[in-house]
Amino acid sequence: MKSEQQYIELYGEVSNLIKQKSCDIMNNVRDAAFASFEKVGFPSKKVERYKYTDVDAYFAPNYGVSLNTLEVKPSKYIFRLAESPIDLSAYYNTIADNNDGITALNTAIAHDALVIYVPRNTRAEDPIQVDNWLRGNTSTMVNRRVLVILEQGAEATIIMNDHAEDKQRFLTTQVMEIFCKDNSHLDIYEIEETTPLCSRFSNVYINVERDCTVKHNSITLYNGQTRNLCDVVLKGENSEVTLNGCAIAGGSQRIDNNTLIDHRVPNCTSNELYKYVVDDKSVGAFAGKILVEKDAQKTVSHETNSNLCASADARMFTQPMLEIYADDVKCAHGSTVGVMDETALFYMRQRGVPEEEARMLLKNAFMGQVIDQIQLQPLRDKLFVKVEKRFRGELEKCDDCRLCK
Amino acid sequence: MATPFWGSGGFMLEIKNLHATVNGKEILKGIDLTINDGEIHAVMGTNGAGKSTLSNVIVGNPAYEVTEGSITFNGKDLLAMKPEERAHEGIFMSFQTPIEIPGVSMTNFMRAAVNARRQAKGEEPLKSTDFLKIMREKRKLVEIDQKLMNRSVNEGFSGGEKKRNEIFQMAMLEPTFCILDETDSGLDVDALRIVAEGFNKLRTSETSAMVITHYQRLLDYIKPDIVHVLIDGKIVKTGGPDLALKIENEGFDWIKAELASI
Ligand SMILES: Nc1ncnc2c1ncn2[C@@H]1O[C@H](COP(=O)(O)OP(=O)(O)OP(=O)(O)O)[C@@H](O)[C@H]1O
Ligand SMILES: [Mg+2]
Repeated sequence: MKSEQQYIELYGEVSNLIKQKSCDIMNNVRDAAFASFEKVGFPSKKVERYKYTDVDAYFAPNYGVSLNTLEVKPSKYIFRLAESPIDLSAYYNTIADNNDGITALNTAIAHDALVIYVPRNTRAEDPIQVDNWLRGNTSTMVNRRVLVILEQGAEATIIMNDHAEDKQRFLTTQVMEIFCKDNSHLDIYEIEETTPLCSRFSNVYINVERDCTVKHNSITLYNGQTRNLCDVVLKGENSEVTLNGCAIAGGSQRIDNNTLIDHRVPNCTSNELYKYVVDDKSVGAFAGKILVEKDAQKTVSHETNSNLCASADARMFTQPMLEIYADDVKCAHGSTVGVMDETALFYMRQRGVPEEEARMLLKNAFMGQVIDQIQLQPLRDKLFVKVEKRFRGELEKCDDCRLCK
Repeated sequence: MATPFWGSGGFMLEIKNLHATVNGKEILKGIDLTINDGEIHAVMGTNGAGKSTLSNVIVGNPAYEVTEGSITFNGKDLLAMKPEERAHEGIFMSFQTPIEIPGVSMTNFMRAAVNARRQAKGEEPLKSTDFLKIMREKRKLVEIDQKLMNRSVNEGFSGGEKKRNEIFQMAMLEPTFCILDETDSGLDVDALRIVAEGFNKLRTSETSAMVITHYQRLLDYIKPDIVHVLIDGKIVKTGGPDLALKIENEGFDWIKAELASI
């Protein structure tokens, strides 16, 4: 059975209700997005960018679709799109790609959006933190829509934490559109710490104008099935983009990250470092494409994907890609898949470190390199602790999660 | 200076008819060796004879397979123990080629090792301040630089620094039986003296050791009670300290000739 059908039926039943609860800016594009979803459906594994994840299978179960309004405590830089004091129609749904079935579905049924808006020449002093708590009495589908706008000269650090109650199945779609206007500086962290019962499909689109620095950090500490797409378009010169990823999978978890950095203009830099530790029977996939278009001279780009397969049954797919149409560029990309260093393990065991502990130290050391690059020091310190806990199998107990208190 | 001999008569390490293979190839072909409490045994022998293999088998390196024979340590069956359990029993090996572990700092590594050993003995983990104090003391003993402690284990250490670091780890772990596998190679003259004197200071009347070396210069500091010659997977000759001197001067040919004439 193709699982689109139930969503098509759902839309027929609830689209009017959604429209009532929603706002014009979202409703204006809703039917078109739905039409697109009907046409393209969920991407099959034949679609190049979805070849590592069987999307249909994750959308097949019958979820109750959450139409609850976002609980947003409005703060200085955060509000609901429906309550926006400014007209954001020039942003909403302008860079999200509705030819992607998941994005189209999200655009069709999300009835509210979270907006993070940092005005011109404003520096958000403290990190802007968004905590998403998945909870519910039945299996629930949540469609989250986010709009991030940094106006000219704005500066912000954003931390988005995803947590979930551990007794329920959740299916999340997220579409996030990020606009970085000239000379803006964004450091954004998406940290997933959910449960093996969660499926996540996140599509992030980032538009970068000139003289910007943009860092996107994707951190999957604990999950069920995760599929993150991140598309960056460099539209203005002298900008620098960094995509970093830390993915830790064990059990039968799956983590699939798919990125595209599109250099359209000259003199930009992109750096990408994704690291995975896959253990037990888990599966990791990374596909990252750097596209250097013909006008994008003097592009400098580095892409690295390195992976540690900590068990014989774990699998890792890696596909770094470089497509260059300009001639004066400096680009390098590479990937490695390694196993536990047996000689190092033995060395530590000879000193009395028990095997499990030695393995944990090696996995931790491997991931340390990407955590080290986190600029925000308190977060870096916290993540070092979390990553170690994760490898010790202590994160499942989520001691600092308020859902479990 | 007289050769120190503190033997209290207990059999610390007892190896009987030990055969071992690596990648299916037999390297050790029947080793018998008994090392008593407090004794220093030197093991010399040609390259590839199996000295490091013997060391690795004693400490339980999974890359080596024991096909026959037994090893007991203080009466316990060593071959039934995991490498970390052997370490907790008090066995330490200074590696011929110390391993680099990128991303694991020396301090964290030593903390894990010291506390694992304490836990095995039913002791509480050390408080951080106490641990750092011990680190500082032991570091002084082998004159190893503090800045190496903040680096990853052996990463970017010079050959000599790596060897010194082995003895530093030994100082931290206070083993009762030490294997020094060519700890002297790669050390300059002064470093050799510091490391060897450090080793001597760490010894107690119970500490015994198996010292593998190609050179007399180490044995000038760490004086052996007994010297063995290992050739082609067997101990072919055992003698007193003079045997090492004779090998230093004459090499192994005379021993090989003796063997051929039997
Ligand atoms: N992991 C291994 N794989 C294959 N062969 C090995 C391995 N380890 C040791 N050997 C072989 O076993 C033999 C004995 O090696 P070993 O390292 O024990 O010699 P050694 O006596 O310590 O020599 P040296 O004085 O050069 O250190 C050699 O022929 C060596 O090549
Ligand atoms: Mg050797």
